[in-house]
Amino acid sequence: MRYSHHRSAKEYVRMSGIPMAALLLLLSLFLAVSYGAKSLFLPEVWSAIFQFNSAEEAHQIVRNLRLPRALGAAFTGMAFGAAGALMQGVTRNPLADTGVLGINAGAAFVVALAFAFLPGLSYLNLILLSFAGAGLAALFIVLLGSATPGGMSSLKLTVAGAVAAALLHSLSTGVAIYYGLSQDLAYWYAGGVAGVRWAHLKLLVPIVVVTIVWAASMGRSVTFLSLGDESAVNLGVRAVRVRVLAMIAAVLLAGTSVSVVGAVGFIGLVVPHVARRVVGVDYRLIIPMSALLGGVLLEFADIASRMVSPPREFAIGSMVALVGVPFFLYLARKEGRSL
Amino acid sequence: MKQLPNVNRGARARLYGLLLLLAVILVFIISMNTGTLRLSPRQLGLTLFGFGSQQDHLVLFTYRLPRIIVTLLAGAGLGVAGAVLQGVSRNALADPGILGLHAGAAFGLMIFVSFFRSLEGPVALLIPLFTFAGGILIAAVIFILAYDRHKGLIPMRLILVGIAIEAGFSAVTLFLALRLDPDTYAFAASWLAGSVWGRDWISVLSLLPWIVLLIPYVWTRSKLLDVFALGDETAVSIGNRVTPNRLILLCAAVALSCASVSMAGGIGFIGLLAPHIARRLGGPMHRHSLPLSALAGMFILTAADTVGRSVFAPNAVPAGVVVAVIGAPLFFYLLMKSKN
Repeated sequence: MRYSHHRSAKEYVRMSGIPMAALLLLLSLFLAVSYGAKSLFLPEVWSAIFQFNSAEEAHQIVRNLRLPRALGAAFTGMAFGAAGALMQGVTRNPLADTGVLGINAGAAFVVALAFAFLPGLSYLNLILLSFAGAGLAALFIVLLGSATPGGMSSLKLTVAGAVAAALLHSLSTGVAIYYGLSQDLAYWYAGGVAGVRWAHLKLLVPIVVVTIVWAASMGRSVTFLSLGDESAVNLGVRAVRVRVLAMIAAVLLAGTSVSVVGAVGFIGLVVPHVARRVVGVDYRLIIPMSALLGGVLLEFADIASRMVSPPREFAIGSMVALVGVPFFLYLARKEGRSL
Repeated sequence: MKQLPNVNRGARARLYGLLLLLAVILVFIISMNTGTLRLSPRQLGLTLFGFGSQQDHLVLFTYRLPRIIVTLLAGAGLGVAGAVLQGVSRNALADPGILGLHAGAAFGLMIFVSFFRSLEGPVALLIPLFTFAGGILIAAVIFILAYDRHKGLIPMRLILVGIAIEAGFSAVTLFLALRLDPDTYAFAASWLAGSVWGRDWISVLSLLPWIVLLIPYVWTRSKLLDVFALGDETAVSIGNRVTPNRLILLCAAVALSCASVSMAGGIGFIGLLAPHIARRLGGPMHRHSLPLSALAGMFILTAADTVGRSVFAPNAVPAGVVVAVIGAPLFFYLLMKSKN
């Protein structure tokens, strides 16, 4: 493609994909900030952000409640999306996702333990614990895969993840019942961005942005890996090293997000497939595209969760599952044909 | 799967069956002794035959015995359901819980508590009905989606679809759960985690027919299950109508597991553990391994319930959590060993 001077229509779509997704994300951010019990319009939102006046109620709402919430949804969605793209690329598994493989559940389990045993933990410590949980779950899946002669197929990896998630969930419930904090945990498990504050964002945003940039810079190697180990090695990619680094990036992204919004699944599963449709097979583009689309998806999920039956909020995890489950079914059907 | 001609599998299976039965009886006795009010084996014997004190009688017959019998029956039901699912799908990793049937039962329970908002009085008798219906509903959805017009039911797809549908139903269940008041939620949560719920004689009576009818029925069909193990093509070529037979057996397994789960709560992994143990002891013939599965299921669930009640006293840990802690590692081990 690089050598042709006449760009095809497809290529224009490809090139415009990322700016379009960025625009869409901005639009969804704006909708999320303006929609709510008190509807706000562009001028108010604009002035609340750029000419903040603490005397005005609308400005207070935007600054202290809606903006952190909307940004929280955007950045955690971005993290889940990019993590999913990385996982699918390096495992060459279309069903890979931090949610499906139990990594989110690992983070959630450790956070649940922290709720039970160390109440009142600072947010930084919570993030670190969440990383540890995600990392352990990822390590477990990787070890399981490498201990299996001949590696794990898509199906086996998916089933292993599902069972790991079931076990962790069962343990979390056991802890919760034993210490009598079950519904608190359920709220947290269901996920939600209502509780996001600026203090969270100060840690969340830098970690997510840096990790996504780092991940995108690995894009070239990930692309080669996604084409097969042999061709990757022939092209000078150190397969094991890239795989380990990509997993670390995915764990960082998933761990941070889970510590903020809870174990929301399916974003990392759905979004990379859509991204591939738009930008093609190059992971230098797929990773940022998946991040942007992940942000859009979670943002709309949050808006929808507030719209269904106000003033109550629908669990955001359930909202994403409404999109994610049919999509997973579709993929499973496609995969099922090759089984 | 090598069949050595000189080994008498029947005799071996019977021997192991006897041993398992003894183990079940042992756990049964220990379980009856466990609880806030201890009953010594002597008191137990006296009470069982009607010579005990009034209080012992009350504890045993009103509280402990029904619960233990429900545990035994549900364990047997789940064990056999797992064995049938594994046989039919030719997949040693199939389990009612992994297939998503439990999520359906949980969904039914949540619908019930969301509508009636009360768990006391005669309405509570409807709970098993709802959980049962939920399980059947999710099974139907999974079957329809996993059904291929040309190839019939594809076992692998059954599992993938099961995982997805489970996630979907769990999402709705979670949504309903968050709207409950804390007390109702606490009940629902401990039910979902598999604390044996049916604790009275009515539960025993409503579970008994399913177990007593369906397990022997499945057992008479054990030849069919053996044939499935050879693969669909061979099964067809020796005159087996694969799809209808598979459906009938699947329905029996679904009914068994839904009935068990509706009385005992969302207990996973027994359908995985029990058949595996049974095959190890009794060999691959279902004629031998099905009864062993039932016994192993009884043993595991009763032991798990006893452990959950006693080790963590005064609080109780649901039996389902105990089983999951034992079952999941075995699952991963099997997953690693199994061929693609």
